[in-house]
Amino acid sequence: MSVLDLQVGLPYLMLAGGVLLVMLAVSLKRSHQVAFWSCLVVVLATIGSHFYGWSYLPAGGVKILGQFQIDGFSYFFNILFLLGTLVTALLIQPYLEKSSENREEFYLLLLTATLGAMTMASATHFVPFVLGLEILSISLYAMIAYPERSRPPLEASLKYLILSGVASSFILFGMALIYAAYGTMEFWTETAGFGLDHTYAIIGHTLMWGGLAFKLSLVPFHMWTPDVYQGAPTVVTGYLATVSKGAVAALVLRYAVETGFLQTEGLFAVISIIALLSMIGGNVLALLQKNIKRLLAYSSIAHLGYLLIGILLASAANTDFAIETVMVYLTAYFLITLAAFGVVNVISVANGDERVALESYTGLFWTQPLLAAILTLASLSLAGIPLTIGFIAKFYLFAAGIEGTLWLLIWGLIIGSAIGVFYYLRIIISMARKPEDAEGTTIRIPFGGLVTVCALGLSLLFFGVYPAPLLELIQIVVSMSSSI
Amino acid sequence: MILFWLISLLLGGGVVAWLAEKVNEDLPWWISLVIFVIATALVVYTWLSGTGAHGPYYATAYLEWIPQFDINVVLRADGLSLLLIGLTTILGIIAVVSSWSETQYRKGFFQFNILWVMAGVVGVFAAFDLFLFFFFWEVMLIPMYFLIAIWGHEEREYAAMKFFIFTQASGLLMLAAIVALVWANYAATGTITFAYDNLLGVEMQSGFATLIMLGFFIAFITKLPSVPVHTWLPDAHTQAPTAGSVILAGILLKTGGYGIIRFTVPLFPDASMDFATIAMILGVVSILYGGYMAYSQSDFKRLVAYSSIAHMGFILVGVYSFNELGMQGAIVTMIAHGFSTAALFMMAGSLQERLHTREMTKMGGLWVKAPRMGVMTMFFVIASVGMPGLGNFVGEFLVLIGAFKVNVLLTVLATIGIVVAAVYGLSLMQRSFQGTPNPDVQTMTDYGVREMSVMVLMIVALVWIGVYPQHVLDIASPFVEMMALLK
Repeated sequence: MSVLDLQVGLPYLMLAGGVLLVMLAVSLKRSHQVAFWSCLVVVLATIGSHFYGWSYLPAGGVKILGQFQIDGFSYFFNILFLLGTLVTALLIQPYLEKSSENREEFYLLLLTATLGAMTMASATHFVPFVLGLEILSISLYAMIAYPERSRPPLEASLKYLILSGVASSFILFGMALIYAAYGTMEFWTETAGFGLDHTYAIIGHTLMWGGLAFKLSLVPFHMWTPDVYQGAPTVVTGYLATVSKGAVAALVLRYAVETGFLQTEGLFAVISIIALLSMIGGNVLALLQKNIKRLLAYSSIAHLGYLLIGILLASAANTDFAIETVMVYLTAYFLITLAAFGVVNVISVANGDERVALESYTGLFWTQPLLAAILTLASLSLAGIPLTIGFIAKFYLFAAGIEGTLWLLIWGLIIGSAIGVFYYLRIIISMARKPEDAEGTTIRIPFGGLVTVCALGLSLLFFGVYPAPLLELIQIVVSMSSSI
Repeated sequence: MILFWLISLLLGGGVVAWLAEKVNEDLPWWISLVIFVIATALVVYTWLSGTGAHGPYYATAYLEWIPQFDINVVLRADGLSLLLIGLTTILGIIAVVSSWSETQYRKGFFQFNILWVMAGVVGVFAAFDLFLFFFFWEVMLIPMYFLIAIWGHEEREYAAMKFFIFTQASGLLMLAAIVALVWANYAATGTITFAYDNLLGVEMQSGFATLIMLGFFIAFITKLPSVPVHTWLPDAHTQAPTAGSVILAGILLKTGGYGIIRFTVPLFPDASMDFATIAMILGVVSILYGGYMAYSQSDFKRLVAYSSIAHMGFILVGVYSFNELGMQGAIVTMIAHGFSTAALFMMAGSLQERLHTREMTKMGGLWVKAPRMGVMTMFFVIASVGMPGLGNFVGEFLVLIGAFKVNVLLTVLATIGIVVAAVYGLSLMQRSFQGTPNPDVQTMTDYGVREMSVMVLMIVALVWIGVYPQHVLDIASPFVEMMALLK
């Protein structure tokens, strides 16, 4: 390991050290405030260390130990994950404050989960791939079940644990077959002389893809999504929907770009079909949901289906544009999803119980205009309406689809979005209805949570109207990434 | 930059009106009214200053927006745009006036939505960048959706949803077409650009061009609307509050016609030419079907809504005749129909407010109780039927002359549509204001100064266009001449 490795790898060391620090803090003094603030400091310091590392980062990045590729790509996703973590920490604080015991370990789990996510975004080898995935998943099991005294979280956690375990074993078996075919655990490149149509490799990739599709909750591997989304504490659902899925998406993207495995015709066709099924299936299943968390769960299935357009483009010649598309889309998806779950969480915390039925949002425009406006922005963003970042993201998907001539998926995108409008508007319409009574005007919204969701809402609007800075940043990042 | 300020004025005014709700319930109404009057004054000023300073344009504005894709805020107003922007701001005044007594709650938010719809519409008429155009195209949707969904009548949520889904789905088709066009241009020239000027005359295979053209065409005829994608219109118009109906019928439908004239035909001249007969048939079918459906309605508003489908059919027939007369006729029809239908919807709103019904079976003999309303209805019904000397006649007549050169059979069928219009128009008059007085209606407040003044404004506009259409024709002619060269 050279000095340069340490300099650009500082964010990882920071976060790993931070985990230990928080653990020590919790064991020395069991105080919610201490754990919360030390977690915030660690996250902020890790974000800051990226700027330090960035100044040393050579174009094309640095490969460490033959297993990690640290480049613009990994830095970008790291920052995205850390921002997700920051929002999660800020929102969970008032929620935990109200619960009775063992509040402190949550922050520890949050940081380890993020460490796993960061590992995945820079993995170029099966070992860090699996390590990252498991660190993330295991932390998530505990986070989902964190309110241990109530039933739904435990149920959700158990479901996720079992199904996720099965998915992991599929991934591992797939890796074993790929290893059998090529004799290396690195993300091999085509140029290394491996034929893409090796039988073991095709079976291996299919199995691996099954496991990954589970983690991304794509149809037909989506069954767990609504139950887990509904059972988990709202903030954790937001984290699961963003950081956990984002990490898998980043990993899949890098794998696709480096290996070009999607050039195998059969796999390409299968994944296209999965994308199409997710777009249509997710939206159709969301239509009749009466629970906003389940609704968002199905909507996220559809959105991950849309995202596959970007990933499928990575098999074509223009990988840079594929990476750009996925980055823009994931950024938008992060901000929107966190804002939506943030509002649900803030309202639930203020009311003292979970407010997830769509009816409980009736008349929100009249009682809590600010929160209603943010949820409206998030809904419009999810529907991809201009003035919001969702539109910019959708525009990128259209561009990517046409660049890669994926006409079938463009149709899926159009039809899926048209169906989607229906249920996103249902959220807005129920908020705009006149409430029967003025009850709820007295609830106190936690200040930190309110500021957080307001910032998220503003970012949806700002990048929707003026996306140029974000796009410029992403283009710089892509130019600093290793590409084949 | 005057266009930029115009749009900012409407957007900013919307926010101010919303906030003003807290100060005084009626303040948003006044703010909104003043803003539309200022906006109209700005448009008139722009028209009077002429085109000298900006080449062929009355006004231009330019701002860099998303340099990564060469997407910029390019706003321009040539004669066609300026006419429609003028129509927008004037109908803005009418919409605001007609909403005086109708909205009972959230008056500030109501005016906010009206101002933002209008800002979006002005943007649509002025955008010379395809991305920007699509941006405004969708921006005007959301406030319109709120207007119907919050302040509409009984079936408002269903109607609002249907309206939104139709426009959104067809809009996405257009977005795909826009991006495909840009990428086709990229393949041919190596530069990505969304600028209108650069995308004229992109070389494509004719089959591909037809497909992209259809993407635009379907989006525009959904908004126009034409058979077979018209089904959202009767619901949306009927359920919307009066101001919403005025805006929908007066302006929003025109964005569809404008889109065809500005984008579909110039961007894909050859594909459009091949498609002309089908488009004209769609137009004629809309004229006849709209007329037939209008006659069979007993709901005042629904009747007017179906009549809009019929009148908008003339725009398709005129544009796809591919000659100057037809094109001029389509433009005049858009403007004249904007005024006449806005007035009829305002009348429908006034009746609903006074009688709490739109059913014509519960009306009858109203002329005796409210003679001023009767006269006004009579005037606008006759205008919309196509009485010579009024704007609608000029438009439809020009369309028919233009179309006659191209396809005699379709022209004859379209002319039958005018006869049908007389039938449903007069039956509307007969069933509501004439005939045996309905015993349930004892008294009815007649129009006061507020309503009469906007009615007179619209009468003046229609008579002006009808008696001396040359003003309008002159303003639009540079663009029309350019279009005629396409053939």
